[in-house]
Amino acid sequence: MPNYLSIDTSAHTSVALVDSATGSVIAQKTSPKGNDQTETLSVYVRDLLAENIVKGKDLDGIFVGVGPGPYTGLRAGLVAARTFGFVWNVPVHGVMSLHALAERAVQSGNVPEEFIVASDARRKEVYWARYNQIGEILDGPHVASASTLPALSVFGVGAGLYTEQLQAAGAQPQEQSFEWIADAANLALRGIADLAAGKDLSDTAPQYLRESDAQVPAFMKQVKA
Amino acid sequence: MSTTDPIVLGIESSCDETGVGIVRGNKLLANAVSSSMDEHVRFGGVIPEIAARAHLEAFVPTLQSALDTAELTLDDIDAIAVTSGPGLAGALMVGVSAAKALALAADKPLYGINHLVAHVGVGVLEGTVLPPTFGALLVSGGHTEILKVASLTNDVQLLGSTIDDAAGEAYDKTARLLGLGYPGGPAIDKAAKDGDRKAFRFPRGLTLPKFVGSEENPGKHRHNFSFSGLKTAVARCVEHFEANGEEVPVADIAASFQEAVVDVITSKAVRAMQEEGLKTVLLGGGVAANTRLRELLAARCASADITLVVPPFSLCTDNGGMVAALGAQLVAAGVAPSGLEFATDSSQPVTNIVLS
Ligand SMILES: [Zn+2]
Repeated sequence: MPNYLSIDTSAHTSVALVDSATGSVIAQKTSPKGNDQTETLSVYVRDLLAENIVKGKDLDGIFVGVGPGPYTGLRAGLVAARTFGFVWNVPVHGVMSLHALAERAVQSGNVPEEFIVASDARRKEVYWARYNQIGEILDGPHVASASTLPALSVFGVGAGLYTEQLQAAGAQPQEQSFEWIADAANLALRGIADLAAGKDLSDTAPQYLRESDAQVPAFMKQVKA
Repeated sequence: MSTTDPIVLGIESSCDETGVGIVRGNKLLANAVSSSMDEHVRFGGVIPEIAARAHLEAFVPTLQSALDTAELTLDDIDAIAVTSGPGLAGALMVGVSAAKALALAADKPLYGINHLVAHVGVGVLEGTVLPPTFGALLVSGGHTEILKVASLTNDVQLLGSTIDDAAGEAYDKTARLLGLGYPGGPAIDKAAKDGDRKAFRFPRGLTLPKFVGSEENPGKHRHNFSFSGLKTAVARCVEHFEANGEEVPVADIAASFQEAVVDVITSKAVRAMQEEGLKTVLLGGGVAANTRLRELLAARCASADITLVVPPFSLCTDNGGMVAALGAQLVAAGVAPSGLEFATDSSQPVTNIVLS
């Protein structure tokens, strides 16, 4: 039975093994913490493969969430996914992590014509994107203060973190989604659909959305060449 | 697996170099390094986030390059070693996450090892024979340490270290003050060649009797370093010339600054060796390339009858070969691997050689 391995570390460590043909989730594991990606990721992958008697080199491919998300955790997932792909010689497909939240919103069955998903970008901001009813992205990803989001329904942990600002801006935070973080099973569903639609997912570059923040010190600007 | 000459792949990502090296026992087979140094130049120092971004992009290509050079496949590798600390947290995590994925996918034991001890471990490569117990002096942008090594695999002690800036950091900051660019080590070394190292008497940190004490009754900082006072003294000196509208004597200041750093490092290192009865000292770290440091250390070691060992420069700067070299020592000594669950330790003490 062919399988995909799916990895997302844009929020917590989330790993899933998904049946390639049906898209059904065979097994998944998510860390309760948001800061242990380097410790947990390879352990989860090892356990999921072993428990389900799957060999890495027999995978159909690997989906990996390319963010946006806090950088350190995001990079731990991306470098691991690329390394697995290299060693097992299987393709690695990059999927934007907010798609996993949109997928979950669509599956929940009750989304309006257009909606927003929002995740935690720290520094009092959210990562967000706008989708239509069938989960196609219309705008984003962006990073911004929740108070600047369009006045639409908002799904995801970002809605839970900034409920008041969103309401003040005329948006409608969706309470049932306040705990939702990107998860690898939903990410894989989106990835399988995108591959079936002929999309190129070969780019696994991280979606940082922010510059590195490094400022050139004033006195460096006059350095003699 | 050959336990006498294991083939070990080492991964280094603690600062701005992404390194993957491969050794067979004490023989270096490959040492691929990708540096993000050029991206830090305009900031005058290593920017951790830029370094971490570069590690992600460099890892797989550097791994491929090392395997190609060694003409090996992952099947040939007996074990993998990775720097788990000390270093920049975000940078370490890229290398460690990659190393765990590699170890899992290729089904190899993984060792999370100490970066500082790896700087010493590199000394066993290239046919150098080290005595059972020896000393090490590590000088780089990230560290300034004096070590006593009774066993590379289970007994390393910290004799002294910097209590503020690393020596290389002091070079970077002083180079900025003098408008000499980055990295500061080579820039100051070059400028100092035309200068008078006795032009200014800059302070030698932690050399007063109250810090040093005596051999019988050592002070708290007998073998420790401090470079922040020196940095301030250079800044005052530059300001003095500028305030008077005079041209700053860059070469003389560079030479005098360098002399202050090198004088205190070498005198403290040699004294520590003598008091610990160590007859060999290994010099490591990127500042090992500094001509005045090597010259003065060689002279002082010679008069104290201490053998100085300086590995080739490409092995003194951060690289994967040194991690592989220490990894091979650990495998040969039968030390248990670290597994896949360990966390990085950005301030990993030198006594913690391999994570368990
Ligand atoms: Zn180093």
